[in-house]
Amino acid sequence: MAPRKTERILNLTICLLVSGRYLPKSRIREAVEGYHNLSDAAFERTFERDKDELRSLGVPIEVGSFDPLFDDEPGYRILSSEFALPAIDLDAEEAAVVGVAARVWRHASVAESTRSAISKLRAAGVEPDASQLAFLEPSVQASEPGFEVLWNAVLDRARVGFTYRDGSPRTLEPWGLTSYKGRWYVIGRDVDRDATRMFKLSRMTDLPRRISRAGSYEVPADLDLRRLARALAPREPTETALLAIRAGKAPALARRGESATSDLRLPAGFAVYAVGFGDLHSAAEEITQYAADVVVVEPAELRDLVVRGLTAVVESVAAA
Amino acid sequence: MTSRAQVRRLLSLVPYLREHDGAAMADVAAAFGISLKTLREDLSVLWMCGMPGLTPGDLIDIDMDAVDGEGVIHLSNADYLTRPLRLSADEALALVLALRTLREVAGPGKRDAVDRALKKLEAAAGNVPTTDQATVAVTAARDDIQARVNDGLQRGKRLDLTYDVASRAETTRRMVDPLRVFVLEGYGYLEAWCYSANALRTFRLDRIAAVEVTSIDVAAHDVKLKDLSTGWWEALKDAPLVTLELQPWAAWVAEYYPTESVSARPGGGLIVSLHVTDPAWLRSLLLRLQGGARVLAPEGAGNSAAEAAREALDQYAVLLGSTAGSR
Repeated sequence: MAPRKTERILNLTICLLVSGRYLPKSRIREAVEGYHNLSDAAFERTFERDKDELRSLGVPIEVGSFDPLFDDEPGYRILSSEFALPAIDLDAEEAAVVGVAARVWRHASVAESTRSAISKLRAAGVEPDASQLAFLEPSVQASEPGFEVLWNAVLDRARVGFTYRDGSPRTLEPWGLTSYKGRWYVIGRDVDRDATRMFKLSRMTDLPRRISRAGSYEVPADLDLRRLARALAPREPTETALLAIRAGKAPALARRGESATSDLRLPAGFAVYAVGFGDLHSAAEEITQYAADVVVVEPAELRDLVVRGLTAVVESVAAA
Repeated sequence: MTSRAQVRRLLSLVPYLREHDGAAMADVAAAFGISLKTLREDLSVLWMCGMPGLTPGDLIDIDMDAVDGEGVIHLSNADYLTRPLRLSADEALALVLALRTLREVAGPGKRDAVDRALKKLEAAAGNVPTTDQATVAVTAARDDIQARVNDGLQRGKRLDLTYDVASRAETTRRMVDPLRVFVLEGYGYLEAWCYSANALRTFRLDRIAAVEVTSIDVAAHDVKLKDLSTGWWEALKDAPLVTLELQPWAAWVAEYYPTESVSARPGGGLIVSLHVTDPAWLRSLLLRLQGGARVLAPEGAGNSAAEAAREALDQYAVLLGSTAGSR
């Protein structure tokens, strides 16, 4: 069945591509062999589905009725200038990076989209050759079950409904997807709350469902997904802490800081650094993990949070 | 295989075969990432397609004797399909995102090429409003470090690596033979043969403090590189299991690390089991969570964290006198 369907859709494409003018449905039905032997109703259904499928692949099927002979019936055509990939000329180095990019996606259906893009480039004369950059293996994963529905909904501008971890049902117009530390988030307009919201895919407790047709809303023209995504990243340092760090320990902290001094009488082998931090609580978490290798000299608030954290660790183990 | 995917492929296959007359079946299958069997099926579909009318003179002509005999493809009579279809939105977005991810580890040397390729692709995609519908953030190395790591990889030279071992909170120095750079779940890594461990090791690029490219050629190593398609879980599955009770505010642990099992507790807490390869990693996680996680099993697995915390508290008491003790 599938080959027959492929054959029919391909013949439809060729038919609309070579005609050069708008063809009415009746002519298309005669010209494409796959539509012979269908009842009127079956033909209408099949033709509509085939058209939708081609459009979903990006085939620009235009509707019009410029032909005076068929003015009461809409006609269809594909302009080859709209159909064809514009000329693209990549030098060897550019083709090599495209070759590496071809292997990046580890999500089946997006990997298929990449493969198909690469096939088009090959058909346009590009030879993606990744061999000189074989040592580079960037990859993008998307293991969250809801990813594929949301990816397609973003591309089609279709509303989705899902349940979030707090148990609330949500209706979202998804504008875009962003991955941070390997986890996917969707950003869009929460329809019920009429507000911009971001949701973590792994916190959805059911599969998102499409609840509207494609093209149901507009994405704000000034959408800056990267800026919205940056809101997820750790805040830029705004405060400074004085930390005493044992020599050779907590290198990530020491390197971020600048050498400083303190009146505190430190044990041998400690040096003082001024280290920037964004928010007090995440700084306290980070410092607590180094236990006795890092001492907070000031501010006192940060030191209190660390001392409280250390105390809680002792208590949680004692309680076990 | 769906008909949709096949239609999409055939629309590229025709112009490709017109450009590569007499191409070998195996080469074409490799170029399109399909099996020989699928390619043969594609050709027999194409053979039935063509201009309206469908008399033999109107059909796409493929020399099937050459296909089944010498294994080469001659295609003709398809002058209306000289160019592939323009990129669709999903293709453009997938490829652009892949290139941007590569850009994060390409180093300053190849970044220009990535940017040029991105620009040309975005121009070719035309009015498809793609590129800002998705972003991927990658935590990778500083420019100078990435440049040297990639240089060592490209020229096959041993690296002198200074590395922060997070779980031990220490900086170490070692000689490594670089094997590849990869990106997995938002972080960039160097995979290399480590002469200190005499084993394959993975280094997070953002924790490489310094690196020098030596003049020593890398040796051959009989090792199996990690399969990236399964994420980290596969690599961890043989490590011992630890069961933790997480407070609601520490529940992020269940999303952040690969878990074996998760069950909810009344009030928003969780019980999770996860694989732990390195006890020092568990110690630093428990400290970081500041009491938000309690070890349920195995017994005593939380002791070293508690000891470290006690030692730190004693130190504060000595340094700051009674005012700063544990309140």
